[in-house]
Amino acid sequence: MKVSNALWRDQVLNAMPPELAHEIDIFETELLLRKQGKLDEKLFAETRLRRGAYGQRYDNGQRWDGKETQQLAYPSGELTKGPNTLWDAPGMLRIKIPYGGLNARQLEVVAELAEEYSDGIAHVTTRQDFQLHFIHIDDTPTIMRRLAAVDITTREACGNSVRNVTACPYSGVCHTEAFDVTPYAQALMRFLLGHPDVQDFGRKFKIAFSGCRETGCGLVNMHDLGAIAVTRTENGGERRGFEVYVGGGLGSVPYQAKLLDAFVPVEELLPLTQAIARVFARLGEKKNRNRARIKFLVAQLGMDEFKRLVLAERAQLPPDPRWTAFLDDVSVLDEKPLRPVAALNGAPAPDGFEYWLTTNVYPQKQAGYVTVTVTLPLGDLTPPQLRGLADIARRFTYETVRATVEQNLVLRWISEADLPHLYGALYALGLHQAGAGTIADVTACPGTDTCKLGIASSRGLAGELTRQLAAQVETLDPAVRNLRLKVSGCFNSCGQHHVADLGFYGVSRHAGNYTVPHFQVMLGGQWTNNAGSYGLPIGAVPAKRIPEVVTRITNRYIQDRQPDESFQTFIQRIGKAEIKQLLDDLTPIPPHDLDPTLYTDWRDAREFTLGDRGEGECAGEIVSRIDFDLAAAEREVFEAQVLLDKGEIQAAGERAYAAMLQAAYALVKEQFYAAPNQPDQIIGEFRTRFYNTKLFWDDYAGGKFGHYLFHAHEHAREPYTVDTTRRRIEEAQLVVEAAHSCYRRLLKLKNA
Amino acid sequence: MDLQHLNVKVFVASPGPIDLEPFIGIFNNWIQRHLTDDLLIDVADYRHTVNGPGVVLIGHAANYSLDQTDGRLGLLYSHKAALMGSIADRLCETMRATLLACRRLEHENGLKFSGSEVQLTFNDRLLAPNTPKTLEALRPTLQEPLERLYGQAAYTLNRISGDPRERLTLSVKSVTPITVTTLLQNLAAERMPA
Repeated sequence: MKVSNALWRDQVLNAMPPELAHEIDIFETELLLRKQGKLDEKLFAETRLRRGAYGQRYDNGQRWDGKETQQLAYPSGELTKGPNTLWDAPGMLRIKIPYGGLNARQLEVVAELAEEYSDGIAHVTTRQDFQLHFIHIDDTPTIMRRLAAVDITTREACGNSVRNVTACPYSGVCHTEAFDVTPYAQALMRFLLGHPDVQDFGRKFKIAFSGCRETGCGLVNMHDLGAIAVTRTENGGERRGFEVYVGGGLGSVPYQAKLLDAFVPVEELLPLTQAIARVFARLGEKKNRNRARIKFLVAQLGMDEFKRLVLAERAQLPPDPRWTAFLDDVSVLDEKPLRPVAALNGAPAPDGFEYWLTTNVYPQKQAGYVTVTVTLPLGDLTPPQLRGLADIARRFTYETVRATVEQNLVLRWISEADLPHLYGALYALGLHQAGAGTIADVTACPGTDTCKLGIASSRGLAGELTRQLAAQVETLDPAVRNLRLKVSGCFNSCGQHHVADLGFYGVSRHAGNYTVPHFQVMLGGQWTNNAGSYGLPIGAVPAKRIPEVVTRITNRYIQDRQPDESFQTFIQRIGKAEIKQLLDDLTPIPPHDLDPTLYTDWRDAREFTLGDRGEGECAGEIVSRIDFDLAAAEREVFEAQVLLDKGEIQAAGERAYAAMLQAAYALVKEQFYAAPNQPDQIIGEFRTRFYNTKLFWDDYAGGKFGHYLFHAHEHAREPYTVDTTRRRIEEAQLVVEAAHSCYRRLLKLKNA
Repeated sequence: MDLQHLNVKVFVASPGPIDLEPFIGIFNNWIQRHLTDDLLIDVADYRHTVNGPGVVLIGHAANYSLDQTDGRLGLLYSHKAALMGSIADRLCETMRATLLACRRLEHENGLKFSGSEVQLTFNDRLLAPNTPKTLEALRPTLQEPLERLYGQAAYTLNRISGDPRERLTLSVKSVTPITVTTLLQNLAAERMPA
């Protein structure tokens, strides 16, 4: 869509890490191939998801306007970017921010992209990512390049891959941590990004780090893999390691992660994770996406058997220097203060400062310094606010900013004496909202605003609850003030409603000929203790009556709680039945004529419908590793053709040969996963396994296509002419086609 | 200079605070009734952000928003797709679409807009960096469309911000008060032969 897209590549080429630049070039070629109809839509869908480019509501070309479902006639017509996903329909781009760490320039670039390609909003997610919405797919390579130029990637932000590696935002400054987990989170993220062993999952894989067990804000227990920092004394010295948990997850049926190992030394963290990934890729469910998360595999095998398989896998992993290379310099991410230590000296402070001080300021373990939470309404930021925060980060710190899983940002290493000035600077940006971590700091997933799976408006409800609660939070009973409130648009739990004291997720109920938006009420989840326990469902209440639900339950808690009784204990004590009774009169739905307001959702003028729900992409397409490898071989053939057109004869010939080799390697890996990626060995294995066995033979052409490959290999080092290159490209195309046919035969044999 | 992706903002002149919630329904009604030439898709509500985009009507080629940037409420028209024709034609087309939307809101909601100030943003940092040099290069190109817009009325043209991180945004102010309707009439008038 943007006219300048063609110019950006050269503009930022030297600033991009070469591997990211190459990755984006590949994606751009895939885009082109898809537009030309040369790449299957399912394969393209998964490949774009693995680059962070996600679908968005109404991208099937239909939208309910309140009276009828309108067809959205996009200019590109029937061209799709995935099954039932139209090319021109706006989409979302998820931007990975490992452990939430950001610097000032990165904030500025996100601001630029939100302005130039999105609808003027950058959104912080519940997993420390940023998201931009209403993006055109044609703009995504340019956005990725501009991000790569400031060392940010969208790679594997979505799809069946290792998602953003999250960590407690107080890592390094927290009083209760064993040690700073930041460098370990960073190392694991870098090690796994694009790693061959994480490309063949049946479902996404989420990793979280926490510095401590008790107050852990890393939410380890709800992750596929979680690591909690622990230390041991050995030979008189301190040894660092992690408690490693696997098999946690929210979704419709939440699982608590199970302890895999109580002490994994730091040098074993990466290889152990690699072994877990291999076991998951090998044994995890691939066909039924609803049972494909690792939590199901762990539950099915039992922890003892799962652990045995992981340790066996670990024992046979070929050594990799990257496992421990980062340990030579774990202090590289250490932060330091910009401003000298100075106490808050009682100087006059602006209005609102004192209360903000009590909710948004966390004293660091480094005396005299604090971490300040910038509360973002619904996780949203405008470009001027992002630039203003970049200025603040430079003025008060060495740009030590982190995103949080509660959709806020934190500024670390603020000198206490600077707090009034900092508050003033945030006030000027409209980011001075107090109440961080209180009941007024509501978390919500995108819901029906943009998500294809959303049932009810989580952001609409969260916005309304924030509005009502922010106005009274200062005067609320402290027991209620510090409760956590989270909202999801559906049962998939992206708003993390399971770990809230008061959680809600979108559902619907029928009333007459209408469908009415509702929220299921979940009570008693625990956010602390690393998502220590999950809430219990009480019942569904019409969406518009949820604020009244919050009022009644919190009032009852204030009224009937025992001294020092937590909300979780209170809910357990009085019981589900009594709570349900408290809400019973809120559940009947009056006829539409009497109260039509219940038949619309929050912040939506349309009569409610479920008709806009589409097929979710969060599970991605189930595309096997070999599909990707063969698609990559096809792309190589295409690029060889492009090089030939440019007159780069030698490069074109070599690329065609590389395509053949890649196709052969894809097949070899089906039988011998750890086969070395060396040309002579690939050819040798291919000859033994596929040519001599005639598995690769064509019904009519016999072994001809195999001969093309062997011939190309024998002459790979010879100079190419225009004629030999052209021939080699044609042969490469045929070899790739033959590899596809061979794969189909293999599948048939497997299923026979 | 290939100027594309033009944004135009016209400010609200109605006194007092304005509740933006009704505009969710109004914009949805525009979708229902296909009230613009463009494909309209959805309505996004960002009223919770301070000085943010307010309520946005998302279209395929352009967005319309009741935007509150810098604390000033106005209708912001953001053209996303590439436009054909001369730069003058593109500017006039973008301004016409903006002013038509303003007039529609005036009729439907009673909101009042002022034609005395128009803000032009070039939403592409690479094509139009926010520098004095870009403005000077653009000034002669902008003369014709702005004269068409303001007719005989004198106007001033200035950059809003000197911050190179921001997009090039120009404030065009007429010396005398002028209405949205007059601006639309000016744009519709036959161009005088040179």
